[in-house]
Amino acid sequence: MSAGGPGAKEAPKYTKKDFESDQDVRWCPGCGDYAILSAVQKTLPDLGVPKEDIVFVSGIGCSSRFPYYMNTYGFHTIHGRAPAIATGLKLARPELKVFVVTGDGDGLSIGGNHMLHVLRRNVSVTILLFNNRIYGLTKGQYSPTSELGKVTKSTPLGSADRPVNPLAFALGCGATFVARSVDRNIPHMEEMLRRAVRHKGAAFLEILQNCNVYNDLAWNVMYDKESRLAHELRLEPGKPLLFGPPDDRRAVIMDGVVPRVVRAADTPESALWVHDETNLNAAKLLADLFAPDFPVPIGVLAAIDAPVYEEIMLEQERRAISERGPGDIARLLTSGDTWKIS
Amino acid sequence: MSEIAAAVKGNGKSLKELDRAVIRFAGDSGDGMQLTGEQFTTESAWAGNDVATLPNFPAEIRAPAGTLFGVSSFQLQFGSHRVYTPGDRLDCLVAMNPAALKVHLHDLKTGGLLIVNTPAFDKRNLDKAGYAANPLDAPALGERYRLHKVDMTGLTHEAIKDLPLNTKEKDRTKNFFALGLVSWIYTRPLEPTLEWIGKKFAKNKDVATANTRVLKAGHAYGETAEIFNEHYTVEAAEMVPGLYRAMTGNRALAWGILAAAQRSKVPVVYGAYPITPASDILHELALHKRFRVRTIQAEDEIAAVSAAIGASFGGAIGVTGSSGPGIALKAEAIGLAVMAELPLVVFDIQRGGPSTGLPTKTEQADLLQAVYGRNSESPVVVLAPATPGDCFYVAYEAVRIAAKYMVPVLVLSDGFLANGSEPWLIPEPETLPPIDVQFRTDADGFFPYLRDPATLARPWVRPGTPGLEHRIGGIEKQDVTGNISYDADNHDHMVRTRAEKVRRVAQEIAPTTIQGPGTGDVLVVGWGSTYGAITAAVERAQAAGRSVGSIHLRHLNPLPPDLGHILREYRRVLVPEINSGQLVRMLRAEYLVDAVGFNRVRGLPLASDEIHEAITQLLESQA
Ligand code: SF4
Repeated sequence: MSAGGPGAKEAPKYTKKDFESDQDVRWCPGCGDYAILSAVQKTLPDLGVPKEDIVFVSGIGCSSRFPYYMNTYGFHTIHGRAPAIATGLKLARPELKVFVVTGDGDGLSIGGNHMLHVLRRNVSVTILLFNNRIYGLTKGQYSPTSELGKVTKSTPLGSADRPVNPLAFALGCGATFVARSVDRNIPHMEEMLRRAVRHKGAAFLEILQNCNVYNDLAWNVMYDKESRLAHELRLEPGKPLLFGPPDDRRAVIMDGVVPRVVRAADTPESALWVHDETNLNAAKLLADLFAPDFPVPIGVLAAIDAPVYEEIMLEQERRAISERGPGDIARLLTSGDTWKIS
Repeated sequence: MSEIAAAVKGNGKSLKELDRAVIRFAGDSGDGMQLTGEQFTTESAWAGNDVATLPNFPAEIRAPAGTLFGVSSFQLQFGSHRVYTPGDRLDCLVAMNPAALKVHLHDLKTGGLLIVNTPAFDKRNLDKAGYAANPLDAPALGERYRLHKVDMTGLTHEAIKDLPLNTKEKDRTKNFFALGLVSWIYTRPLEPTLEWIGKKFAKNKDVATANTRVLKAGHAYGETAEIFNEHYTVEAAEMVPGLYRAMTGNRALAWGILAAAQRSKVPVVYGAYPITPASDILHELALHKRFRVRTIQAEDEIAAVSAAIGASFGGAIGVTGSSGPGIALKAEAIGLAVMAELPLVVFDIQRGGPSTGLPTKTEQADLLQAVYGRNSESPVVVLAPATPGDCFYVAYEAVRIAAKYMVPVLVLSDGFLANGSEPWLIPEPETLPPIDVQFRTDADGFFPYLRDPATLARPWVRPGTPGLEHRIGGIEKQDVTGNISYDADNHDHMVRTRAEKVRRVAQEIAPTTIQGPGTGDVLVVGWGSTYGAITAAVERAQAAGRSVGSIHLRHLNPLPPDLGHILREYRRVLVPEINSGQLVRMLRAEYLVDAVGFNRVRGLPLASDEIHEAITQLLESQA
């Protein structure tokens, strides 16, 4: 009766179509969510996991409609709680491949606490955080990732809140896999999804997503052809941090403990900052880089091995059973101090 | 509580036979009164008495020594007949310091036994307790009560003066002196306590020796000191034959879950956030991994219930536990379980409120929260155990119903049941009803909201089952297909269906047992932890020839199908509760009966005396 874990069962050869559900997709035309959905449906066949072993869990918001469109198991829950629900699910069924789909409001505002704890516990779930810097479903209020001074319906004179940086937040929580991609960079998104789903432990993937209705082109720095060429910094393990157009390559280097942008041509190879995914300190510095003064890093900032929550919990259970046998309520009831009345 | 006096000679001291006694040990938080009470309870259970206990301790972990609010106490009643409550008025009070005397003296019967530890009545402690003069010096105290001033501290030190322990450590054993002394007074066997000391302090021989010696010294003091000229026995109670153990409500809830896990062959995930007085359930379940019970100490109350719901979605039994404030936080998630139609068990160990309220005190004021306290129409099943041992059966039943009907079940325990203990007849697990969990595996004709015609439950499918991939969630669904639906008529239909599903749980309810005649003048209706107090009060009224009956509700939603009929068979209905009138409100609304409440909200169990008084008044008012 028990389902085999990923890899335990031979998965059929799937195509993208196998992961498309029969539900009408209800996002606004032009929404960045479509590209993400398509990328997920396209990469899942490569995972080699039977689709009945895949579960999408979401909270509330535009992004959280995601599970309905996947022909897998899915649970569309309540605002912010998807990480906690996924944690219980993994504890009940560690062999399942579980995704959490969330947004900047769902995952970093109302559900910020659960995000913190699912990351620090290192529960094996793949978290896709669609960051559009706005509340879409409630029709356009500023979100915790909106920039200071953001003018929205709820902040007609500009927001007074400083934004949270999702990557820095995740790293601060002790996340063991942290990456960023962009909805309009489909090949990169697919590559990041493949990396994230293979990570053991909690994988946090921020996807910069366009809400064309309430916050169009919030990530134009990564959309506009010229701007992207000037700012996109692809993180690749073992490669130096180089970016910019071919005729004006730049490098990010460390000046003491301060990152600095310099002309690549003037920089000796020994001074280059070579990306190392296992260096969490470096990842924390990378997380804070952003345009216009710095490039915008995309790719895997950090990926480390660490103990996995549900594995530890299940190992404790296995050990207890192998050492002392399965629980027996009749014996428990009569254990310790008892007395007979005749 | 009469004394069936029969003087027996022994050591020049008369031995009187009692049919029951109520004792309270009271002292500073650091005086070990809880331990003393628990050991005395075990001794009494060994002696074959029926016992009911009432631990009462401050919310502060280390309340300042000697203060009134730092007083900790443990009360128990033991008897040769059924004992329903820890007792109202005390036959014996042990006061280890002035604060304990001040807080508890008014509960001691006139002529009752008062034992005090004299050295604790120094200037400092008297000041802290707010005594201008030493109350032990006032002649009135000795005239009103049988006062015994004992230098427990001194006698304790004397008994262990040669042991290599420091003064503080020696001081700490004096509760065993009190225990030994009271054990002699009531002819309790010391064996269980001696055994306990041996086990508990196996690694610390000196402390074990010290406690043993001090316990025996207390016992010997009673026997030889001139001041105690009589002592008592309480015959073994006539109890159902079988194997017994002491059971507290929290442990019983945990063990009920273990029994359900084993019987259903389904793992349990228990999500909880630490909160008084529910934390012990988490502690207990965490000990029993062999039952495939997985515990999560979640980041907050919402995560705790959410994890349980996630587990249920995965095909495990999701359980969460908390107290009133935590249940309030879980409300939205419980609504999700209502909507997603997943099994979920929620323990609410009620405490004094609102807000932080009285964390260590008992109350029954979450009934309306349990039945109605969520947004919109979100019916759940609500059960309430009547005694600590009953918690076992109710927890098991909660899992059975939740899995059978795919519905959340709330269990209303309280601080009194949680920490109180009773001698509990150990059941044969095979006699419990089966929990037959059937996960759907057949893809043929499957829909996520297809319903069982008898229970209206939708199929429970474990993710991992090929061909049954489906999506559920908090948005309204079309019946049968489970597709998102904003259709007006479908919503109305689903609201009614969810309500009907809960209503059908009434099929599970056994005919209501009436204690007393099927018809009469006053029917007392109770629920939860007031069972003992109500039963004792009603039996007393019946013994006096009054036309009184009582029923105790385990099912609060849905209510028993025969309840309306029973209520109409009595001229008046009295509903005692530790709240300001919640069940009475439900009964009046549901059945249009002119039920009246008896309500005290003092953070304490109701006393059977006051319930008896309320019954008498109601009888007289209608005469
Ligand atoms: S509101 Fe914005 S984020 Fe939501 S579906 Fe429409 S475009 Fe997408």
